[in-house]
Amino acid sequence: MEAITDQLETAFIYRGEPIRNQFPALHQSVYGKPLVYFDNAATTQKPNAVIEAITAYYSTINSNIHRGVHYLSQEATEAYEVTRNSVAAFINAPHAYEVIFTKGTTDGINLIADTFGYSYLNPGDTVLISAMEHHSNIVPWQIICGKRGATLKVIPMNESGELLMDEFERLLDDHVKIVAVTMVSNSLGTVNPVAEIIKIAHAKNIPVLLDAAQAVQHTKVDVQDLDCDFLVFSGHKMYGPTGIGVLYGKEEWLNKLPPYQGGGDMIKSVTFEVTEYNDLPFKFEAGTPNIEAAITLNTAIDFINEIGLENIERFERELYQYALKQLSFIQGVRIIGTAAHRSGAISLVVDGAHSYDIGVLLDKMGIAVRTGHHCTQPVMDFFEIPGTLRISFAVYNTKEEIDVFITSLKRALTILI
Amino acid sequence: MTINEKQDELVEEFEFLTDWIDKYEYIITSAKELPIIDDKYKQDQYLIKGCQSRVWLYPEIREGKVFFTADSDAIISKGLVNLVVQVLSGYTPAEIVAADVYFIDRIGLQEHLSPTRSNGLLSMLKQIKLYAHAYNSLKA
Repeated sequence: MEAITDQLETAFIYRGEPIRNQFPALHQSVYGKPLVYFDNAATTQKPNAVIEAITAYYSTINSNIHRGVHYLSQEATEAYEVTRNSVAAFINAPHAYEVIFTKGTTDGINLIADTFGYSYLNPGDTVLISAMEHHSNIVPWQIICGKRGATLKVIPMNESGELLMDEFERLLDDHVKIVAVTMVSNSLGTVNPVAEIIKIAHAKNIPVLLDAAQAVQHTKVDVQDLDCDFLVFSGHKMYGPTGIGVLYGKEEWLNKLPPYQGGGDMIKSVTFEVTEYNDLPFKFEAGTPNIEAAITLNTAIDFINEIGLENIERFERELYQYALKQLSFIQGVRIIGTAAHRSGAISLVVDGAHSYDIGVLLDKMGIAVRTGHHCTQPVMDFFEIPGTLRISFAVYNTKEEIDVFITSLKRALTILI
Repeated sequence: MTINEKQDELVEEFEFLTDWIDKYEYIITSAKELPIIDDKYKQDQYLIKGCQSRVWLYPEIREGKVFFTADSDAIISKGLVNLVVQVLSGYTPAEIVAADVYFIDRIGLQEHLSPTRSNGLLSMLKQIKLYAHAYNSLKA
């Protein structure tokens, strides 16, 4: 692999060219204005390599995997398993069979909530989540707690959007069977002290699931270093295709859990009386998966690896700090989520202007932001606000784009207030 | 004036506003000018749910005609719902049920009717029709 980056101040330069040149969707106008894409926490744009890989897949080896004896099926199966190895290396999983392909983060959490819940949750037990979880790390647990007579409890946070660790320890009693927390908040940007959370939970033999949907594209995540029991994330937030996600689970846990869905591929043998389930990882991959997305996720991982997560992290931190500084000059702007350690997303509200209105006007100026509750309604309730305006960055964003955003935000506020 | 005459009047008014910014300024200014709903009706009962911006819609029937007042906490939504109320308020339930609301499309604001906008305009239109249907069947 060639080395590597030479960063200018304003944009990420890779091999002498702005990295954004590799992203065709960024080079378009909306309403006659050059697109500024700041909705990366929702999904990232895709580099040419990924787009081309999708076409290449359907133009060459498209076939069903793990089944056919024919050439194409073998090629597709191999490519599919190559991605599994790449994912394992990407998160430093000890074994590739501990990597389960899912539809995405939500699917992965549902899988664990359901299978873990039926095996280990009983009336009187507790599932512990945090106050800043995405709905996808709340509702699956609510559903399984309801079915099993268990209770869902919440680690509270302070006004800055930081988890109260002493409260966490207090809540972590003998009834807690699993802890499920996000590594990085999608609405506040808070980076949670997950290593510490895992250490404390493990001291009581309680497993921990990490939602890494807002983490893996921004910073190195090492499952052995963290010692997490489960980790979930999505391909489409890390420059890859939609419809593919990853569930990492420690072998010992995945072997203990029952299958999630029944169907093809997850079996060794089936009679009408009894089915013998397949080994890991196939036990959890019933039916024909999103083969194209799994295979091309590998290209997205290659893209990230080639740039280097440490370079991405350094550059994005600079963008983040720059945006915060520029926002601090605008009167009436209040940042929601002021944790000491933040990444990815900045949420804000403005006195006298509804975030929806600002979002509509920014859209007309070519700027894609997210407004609303960001699937974290309890967070909005905590801050007693109807919603926020959220900007979130990827490696292809630039300081110029932040300047355009700031100018446009000021213009929108002049119209609204 | 019929519902369609009112719609045509609005369409004509917007024809002079070619730039999006003029359109929005018109909508925002009109929204700023009037507090269009009594605070006592800003209750959950009249709230149109599932929207980013909160929209309240209050119906009344007087002498066989339905009158609507509406409001929103977001100013663009407030301006938009105000336009809809202007067009549809003060007619018989049958007229409202039969109305084809085309002005939003013609003045180039159809994107606000997209479900992804979740600004309440689409839900509000549905709710207006539902109220009119309900009044209509009461009468029958």
